[in-house]
Amino acid sequence: MKVSQSISKPALITTPNDTEIHIVRTFEAPRDLVFRAYTDAKLLSQWMGPRKYKMTIEQMDVRPGGRWHFTHIDTDGTKYGFHGEFREILRPERIVQTWNFEGMPGESLQTALFQEHNGRTTVTSIVKFERKEHRDGMLASNMEWGLNEGYDRLDELLRTTH
Amino acid sequence: MNDDTLSATFQAVADPTRRTILARLARGEATVQELANPLPMSQPAVSKHLKVLQRAGLIERRREAQRIWCRLRANPLREVAVWATEFQQYWDESFERLDELLKKERDARR
Repeated sequence: MKVSQSISKPALITTPNDTEIHIVRTFEAPRDLVFRAYTDAKLLSQWMGPRKYKMTIEQMDVRPGGRWHFTHIDTDGTKYGFHGEFREILRPERIVQTWNFEGMPGESLQTALFQEHNGRTTVTSIVKFERKEHRDGMLASNMEWGLNEGYDRLDELLRTTH
Repeated sequence: MNDDTLSATFQAVADPTRRTILARLARGEATVQELANPLPMSQPAVSKHLKVLQRAGLIERRREAQRIWCRLRANPLREVAVWATEFQQYWDESFERLDELLKKERDARR
């Protein structure tokens, strides 16, 4: 499944305050290229989202005030739409954009920072939610439940309780 | 997925006391008294939390003899858990694909 040369490592996901999630990941490529992969629709459509989804980009107007809209299509035809607005574009350092997952509560504001060191690029995405409970609800299930109760047990529980 | 259901679930699990209650109920049914005992608050305060959980469809209450029993209804949590797990998977899988794309692009330039 995985290409053998790819450096597989999970993104570091942290919650330094009440309403934010920080996602940090380093890539073996210079900053210009990574920035392009985030902003060029032709490149973006090749990596954004799970492999099994087909991605279509309906709109990608990369400038302050410009709209973006893309759709993931699952193998069974289910569509997941995402849209928002670019607020700030500082090539190749920073992208600020609003982010809506259609059908999910709450708009988030995402700031992506690109830092280069020795030819590698670290991307820090700061995802800021409007409301603490939007963020907390997610993390409560993912991390706290996982840590305190054991994910396997929760899985079992979710399978057997109706 | 229903927006209102998910929002209600989020709100319900955003509070640490309510998460403690849910964690206790994950081990089986309990009376209101049993749930309140280990918590540093009055029973009426605990009852308020139970009402929030009930409104969110996360617990059921039934009266038996003189006691009120609570049990977990975990189905709404499944939606939250699915979303949360998918969040990490979404980014990990995307980033792996980006690794491959960057390598391809870099090699193409050489």
